[in-house]
Amino acid sequence: MRFAPLALITSLIVAPVSALATEVTSFELDNGMEVVVVENRRAPVVVHMVWYKVGAADEPKGRSGIAHFLEHLLFKATDELEAGELSETVNRNGGSDNAFTAQDYTGYFQRIASDRLELVMSMEASRMDGLRLVPEDIGTERDVVIEERNQRVENTPNALFGEQMRAAQYLNHPYGTPVIGWKHEAHSLTMEDALDFYAQHYGPNNAILVVAGDADPDEVKRLAEKHYGVIPPNPSVVERDRVKEPPQLSERRLVFVDPRVGNNFVNRTYLAPERDPGAQEEAAALTLLAEVLGGSSTTSVLAQKLQFEAQNSIYASAWYSGQSLDDTTFNVVNVPVPGVSLEEAEAALDQAIAEFIEEGVDPEKLDRIKRQIRASEIYALDNVRGLANRYGSGLTSGLTIEDIEAWPDILQAVTGEDIIAAAKMVFDRRKAVTGYMMQSEEEVTQ
Amino acid sequence: MIRFALTVGMFFGLTVPVQAAVDIQEIETPGGIAAWLVEEDSIPFTALELRFAGGASLDRDGKRGAINLMTATIEEGAGDLDAQGFAVARDDLAASFSFDVGRDGLSVSARFLTENRDEAIALLKLALTQPRFDQEAIDRVREQVLSNIRSDANDPNSIAGRRLNALAYGDHPYATNYEGTLESVGALTREDILNAYGDVLVKDRVFVGAAGDISAEDLSALLDDLLGDLPTDGAPLPEPVELQLTGGVTVEPLNVPQSVALFGHIGIPRDDPDFFPAFVANEVFGGSGLQSRLSLEVREERGLTYGIGSYLVNYDYSHVLLGQFASANDRVSEAIDVVLAEWAKIAEEGVTEDELDTAKTYLTGAYPLRFDSNASIARILVGMQQDGLPIDYIETRNGKVDAVTQEDVQRVAKRLYQPEALRFVVVGQPEGLESVN
Repeated sequence: MRFAPLALITSLIVAPVSALATEVTSFELDNGMEVVVVENRRAPVVVHMVWYKVGAADEPKGRSGIAHFLEHLLFKATDELEAGELSETVNRNGGSDNAFTAQDYTGYFQRIASDRLELVMSMEASRMDGLRLVPEDIGTERDVVIEERNQRVENTPNALFGEQMRAAQYLNHPYGTPVIGWKHEAHSLTMEDALDFYAQHYGPNNAILVVAGDADPDEVKRLAEKHYGVIPPNPSVVERDRVKEPPQLSERRLVFVDPRVGNNFVNRTYLAPERDPGAQEEAAALTLLAEVLGGSSTTSVLAQKLQFEAQNSIYASAWYSGQSLDDTTFNVVNVPVPGVSLEEAEAALDQAIAEFIEEGVDPEKLDRIKRQIRASEIYALDNVRGLANRYGSGLTSGLTIEDIEAWPDILQAVTGEDIIAAAKMVFDRRKAVTGYMMQSEEEVTQ
Repeated sequence: MIRFALTVGMFFGLTVPVQAAVDIQEIETPGGIAAWLVEEDSIPFTALELRFAGGASLDRDGKRGAINLMTATIEEGAGDLDAQGFAVARDDLAASFSFDVGRDGLSVSARFLTENRDEAIALLKLALTQPRFDQEAIDRVREQVLSNIRSDANDPNSIAGRRLNALAYGDHPYATNYEGTLESVGALTREDILNAYGDVLVKDRVFVGAAGDISAEDLSALLDDLLGDLPTDGAPLPEPVELQLTGGVTVEPLNVPQSVALFGHIGIPRDDPDFFPAFVANEVFGGSGLQSRLSLEVREERGLTYGIGSYLVNYDYSHVLLGQFASANDRVSEAIDVVLAEWAKIAEEGVTEDELDTAKTYLTGAYPLRFDSNASIARILVGMQQDGLPIDYIETRNGKVDAVTQEDVQRVAKRLYQPEALRFVVVGQPEGLESVN
């Protein structure tokens, strides 16, 4: 919820990792709250996160943006805290805090010296069921959210294009609605909307506590029981069962024109299966397919064929993230060199993919990628928050701890044949959206 | 329900007891290279950070963007390896090298496993000492750079940054974008790239930081091997520059719904005796978190922006106090008025005792939390050396923050915050706002 002016663009592919030397402990409180402790004593710092199994895709129709708006409002007053007091207290203790909302989850976290764990836990528990909004909170914070939408989306043609692509991709499922909300709906959100959403979804039985870093599991358990364990479960919480996509039978195509566009490009998204509990093999094959096709800007199949051989592409890539509660997308993009039309760029992309399916996976390339994935497990130990995120986002996306820990081995077991089979399955134009992003209308007819 | 038994107050006002476990070893290699090392063997890899001073500010006349393009091409083939061969060799080792350039330095961030450290360093050495700069690679990467320049051309944040730099820095290299322009980058030749390479990758100008699973002895040998063949002379370094910003507003029209405002005036040198009071004052005024005065007044009270902050920025040849926010076109003018009022207020009144205490406990408590990964420690070690800080700085830094008094802040705020000198660059279609010189 907080502005990060110097934030870097995050990469599209996060290599999955396993825990190696880091000890992971998990247990459940009597009220249904799950707890994961990722012990890593590297520095006297702890990351404390509460993840709720609710996100933008769980919003009532017509109230888009309410999950994210509520996330902002959770920094207002509670039974025990003044508005802003949580952040101020964290700050006074040398920590930092923030929150985030996605389609499948909403998370709140603090990073602080490990001897302050109980302090942040007591405050985070306070806003799990003790939010006390007043009408004055609403108008101002809604303005902030509208400015956030202006900054992230309206001022950025690529973000507007992405919204149109997703809306076209999902015929029925709420993933087609942006997390931050459609502008006209975000403008009209009310306090009642926020409190209804809070009453329905927040509570220990819909939350996962992740404590990572310099933390002792027994001590975390004692503190969690003291602060979270006393909160009664919320009876309104029900298992998520969202509307399903109907069979997708026809490709959708769109042309987005914006004079602010610097480089024309073509983007295609295909509806794709996600990682499911106990059945992650297909998602693993898709993950490696994305790596082989687009993982490296130098040696990936698309970079080789389009940037190096044909030399009519500035940038060509593919990406996929299998962590999602419901069906996700597999994505490819081609940014042609000036003078090459988007029709030609699209044809070249399709040709490259067809050739790849014909040629099969280069075994050396696959070995190299698997080796890098293994090494990334070592490098991942250098990033405690990344470790915490892996468990929080996995558990709120329908996976179990066993699934999360099995993932690196499942990736290693993927064969070249699996990858080609996954490619044949996923590259189905009837389930695809093809988008042209262009600077001017004239180019469309050229 | 009241279950908030823990007394929050008990945590206030304590000096944060956390001492970062950061034991820096100072190394001077037989070959004469200075380096700082934090040895940490719990994870079997090393993060190595190199920074060559001067960076993109060493571009020759008329060759703007040459050092940036050279940096982007240096990993595209070396020795017997072409671009793909190099990438394959690097990926086989599961090492990563990233080359990045800015106005004050060219950085090399390397990460390599203990199990194949020698091979990884041999490969990195190949890129640093025998880059091929094949014409094919230059042309391919040039297209990528040009595409970035085209993307930035209509981006309000980029436009604001370029305009403010142009206003601030006259004919100094800081005045122009180090990526260059479509014209300057389009005209660069292979010879320009070779010159750029020779101008900036200079052994005598490199700062070195390392953290991870490596001993001082091994690091010393590694550095002599890695850097020993580099030349000792490069292009002359830039001169310090007087900031030429004047008070007023510059409007840059752009058809976007939200205006981006960037603002600044002169800052304070890093080695000024009043740097720490200024640093603490700015934490209160526009620092991180929603509790800063700017954030409280512009965001929390009025909802005029998603985020606002101010920053003391110390480049090698200039010091500046900068800030930024973005507001809808019909609200940006009001937000500017609020910023100016706050600017005048802190200059006049300084900060309260409570604000000062909060800022100090935050700054001193947050400091040790920075040292939590090999990569961040290696970067910090290089930054400290580039800023000319002593090796015991980490131990003394919180004491300097704690020593700042309300009177110090009052004195320095009067000097630092000058509302009449503040220049706003506003990109968008701001309503009711005209350029004022």
